[in-house]
Amino acid sequence: MYLLMTAAAAVVATLLWRKNVGEDRHDFKFLSLVYWGAALMWLMDVVMVWPEEGLAAVEISLDASLLGLASVALGLLLWGVRRAMARRTVRAQ
Amino acid sequence: MACLLAPMAEAIVVTVVKHVVKKKEKRQESGVTPSVSLPQKTGYSWSRKLSWLNQMLWGGVALLILEHVWHGEIVPWPPFLTAMNSPESTAVMLEEIATVGGAMVVFVTLVWFVVVMIADRRALSAARNASSLI
Repeated sequence: MYLLMTAAAAVVATLLWRKNVGEDRHDFKFLSLVYWGAALMWLMDVVMVWPEEGLAAVEISLDASLLGLASVALGLLLWGVRRAMARRTVRAQ
Repeated sequence: MACLLAPMAEAIVVTVVKHVVKKKEKRQESGVTPSVSLPQKTGYSWSRKLSWLNQMLWGGVALLILEHVWHGEIVPWPPFLTAMNSPESTAVMLEEIATVGGAMVVFVTLVWFVVVMIADRRALSAARNASSLI
């Protein structure tokens, strides 16, 4: 489930980035790259264990959903920290 | 178990390479070393392209660390990886790093390579269009 939620977050972040392309003041590109990185890695994890576990490899459960939410939140946190640091650098200049 | 160690290793290497390339590009821009030339046909510098891969790798690793902590595979005390508690589970962990971790590294790098190719083509065609207008 966390793979699906992270992939969905990656799609949303990419759409936001493409909407603001050329003038990406909010740095949605970073957010989309973080989510895509995790989604691609988890996708490979699922692909590798698929022959043994089948659909169970996708882990659809409440625990996996909570982990998905936590993953999306961590991505947002990393993005927020990066944005705050960038603003601080601009102010220092 | 610890498949994230493979992309983490790649992220470290890419970070170092990116810094070296960025330094070279800066020197090239300032004209200190005009003989050193990096392959750059479009508007995107190699340090920028590598930063895309870097962000994908480090971002992915950060979220995978969360997943491993969530599943109790990473703990805050030595040896940090629960799979290292016995030689048998360590062997399984190493196999997983090689197979699943290796697949992650190859796949993320492949996707990045495709993105770079597309970005290069777009920038090249934009440059051609701009020059044909002049």
